[in-house]
Amino acid sequence: MYPANYLFTDEHEWLDVDGLEGVCGITDFAAEQLGDIVFVELPEPGDTFSKGETFGTIESVKAVSDLYMPVDGEILAINEDLENSPELVNSSPHEDGWMIKIAIKDESQLEELMNSKTYEKFVEDQKE
Amino acid sequence: MIKGMRGLSFKEDLIFEKSREGAKGYSLPKLDVPKADPAKTIDKKFLREGKIGLPEVSEVDVIRHFTKISLWNYAVDYGLYPLGSCTMKYNPKINEITSSLPGFADAHPYQPYSISQGALELMYNLEKALMEITGFSRVSLHPAAGAHGELVGMMLIRRYLEDQGNPRKKVLIPDSAHGTNPASAAICGYEAVELKSNSEGMLSLSDLEAALDKDVAALMLTNPNTLGVFEKNIKKICEMVHKVGGQVYMDGANMNALMGIMKPGKSGVDVLHLNLHKTFSTPHGGGGPGSGPVAVAKHLAPYIPKPVIEKNDKGEFYLDYNPEKSIGRVRSFNSNFAILVRAYTYILSCGSDGLKESTEHAVANANYIRKKLSKYYDLPYETSTLHEIIFSDKIQEKFGVTTKDIAKRLLDLGYHPPTIYFPLIVHGALMIEPTESESKQELDGFIEAMIQIAQEAEKEPEKCTEAPHNTVVGRLDEVTAARTPILKWEPEKE
Repeated sequence: MYPANYLFTDEHEWLDVDGLEGVCGITDFAAEQLGDIVFVELPEPGDTFSKGETFGTIESVKAVSDLYMPVDGEILAINEDLENSPELVNSSPHEDGWMIKIAIKDESQLEELMNSKTYEKFVEDQKE
Repeated sequence: MIKGMRGLSFKEDLIFEKSREGAKGYSLPKLDVPKADPAKTIDKKFLREGKIGLPEVSEVDVIRHFTKISLWNYAVDYGLYPLGSCTMKYNPKINEITSSLPGFADAHPYQPYSISQGALELMYNLEKALMEITGFSRVSLHPAAGAHGELVGMMLIRRYLEDQGNPRKKVLIPDSAHGTNPASAAICGYEAVELKSNSEGMLSLSDLEAALDKDVAALMLTNPNTLGVFEKNIKKICEMVHKVGGQVYMDGANMNALMGIMKPGKSGVDVLHLNLHKTFSTPHGGGGPGSGPVAVAKHLAPYIPKPVIEKNDKGEFYLDYNPEKSIGRVRSFNSNFAILVRAYTYILSCGSDGLKESTEHAVANANYIRKKLSKYYDLPYETSTLHEIIFSDKIQEKFGVTTKDIAKRLLDLGYHPPTIYFPLIVHGALMIEPTESESKQELDGFIEAMIQIAQEAEKEPEKCTEAPHNTVVGRLDEVTAARTPILKWEPEKE
């Protein structure tokens, strides 16, 4: 269910790594928990964040949540479609609903993230 | 249990849609001066082009319109209003009598002291009463609401630390704190650092220890926290924060669980804010305004906002506009004065025994609901709770009924829903706070309604998932309302 080549955080962000760049969004589980997304606030390209820092916020009809950086890095691009179509996060959380493209600063941090199997188990545990 | 299921609720158009050309609610005498032409007397850039767009209606149209839509409303004068964390107490009518006394209601802040003594004395005495209740050295009545009180509290801490040589950088906030705490810290220029609660729903001392360093300006602790759990380690927590030179701010929004029983000022807390519109029975929400006094320990007293109320040797009250170290003014004039009259009335009506008793009733009421409903609803934290209880929708979710459906179904059964989906650390939270205002009969009615919903969830879930059935409007399209809101009425184009 979760793309096999993606990496995951325990705050339910995914990271699709390609060399020293990565695309990041939130998982299908997180999107479903939040319910219908009505607003996504993203940073400016060029901003830099450390791992675990808040890079943006996401608002659903139920709640507002922070979005956390999966690794240290600089924002290369943001998904501008989310401004007018935040529902993409619900309809296609792992693809069209991507949020930011990151220049990964420290490759070794990738080892701290979960693979899809571990994340799937993590989600199952959370459900209980 | 409520007897009927339908009231006199009828559809009502917008007031703009009721507009009839020429209808008006006033009549003016005949013009007896030459008519002025606006185009000649007013600069063109200020002149409106086109219609003003206000509805044309008569007085009786307006009265009936607002009376009709007011019948769709729910209020604390109507029934149980168990919004957790909000403390929707009944607002005793004696508060309205005292606050309308002409000496209070017609007072003006620019009146000379000689004719303001009564109003000043009330503020002076209220400060003293709140000092006694909280165990602190000084209270500022200025802040206009709870979050304003938080902000003022954090400003006091910042100024104090600046005087010590370093304002520091971080403020620690447990994830069970009130949602406004991180914002107050951030506005004061601090980085808010979240601390996770332990499995008992309390602040973990080891996590606190790990987070404490010389950059920590303060810990903002909501006690009892938003899970309704009393942070029993409060003394130890204060000692630990003080050891690294930090201050402890206690969010006193839940003081209605402690009033007359526990004095935060005696447990090591440095600053506390109170919500008069929660703990001290003054109107809440749209009926406000609020009032968020700040109580402080001795070392912070010189910094409280100005003007401060003092009494001279002759027993006369006056305002000191120039206390040397004050952080300055935090609002115009002197607090939401009419609210202070109401809160002081509540304190005097209850007396010290009465205040304690009201706390005991608030805690007993919440625990009665907890006990009666724990067979039907999941209790995510086992720890004993004070004035509010948090259930989750874990049991009902299996039948496809979620917290939102439970809340909507409660409307059909005549009750205002509890706070839902807060605190965020509980999945599908239902946060119930009955307050001391409710009788056993009223609580039993609510409990019966909640049990009925739990049974429906299992046997006829659509009754919940399609609720509300009896209200004027059913489920609102919240998603469209949030994504593409229509904020302004426009006449249909001809």
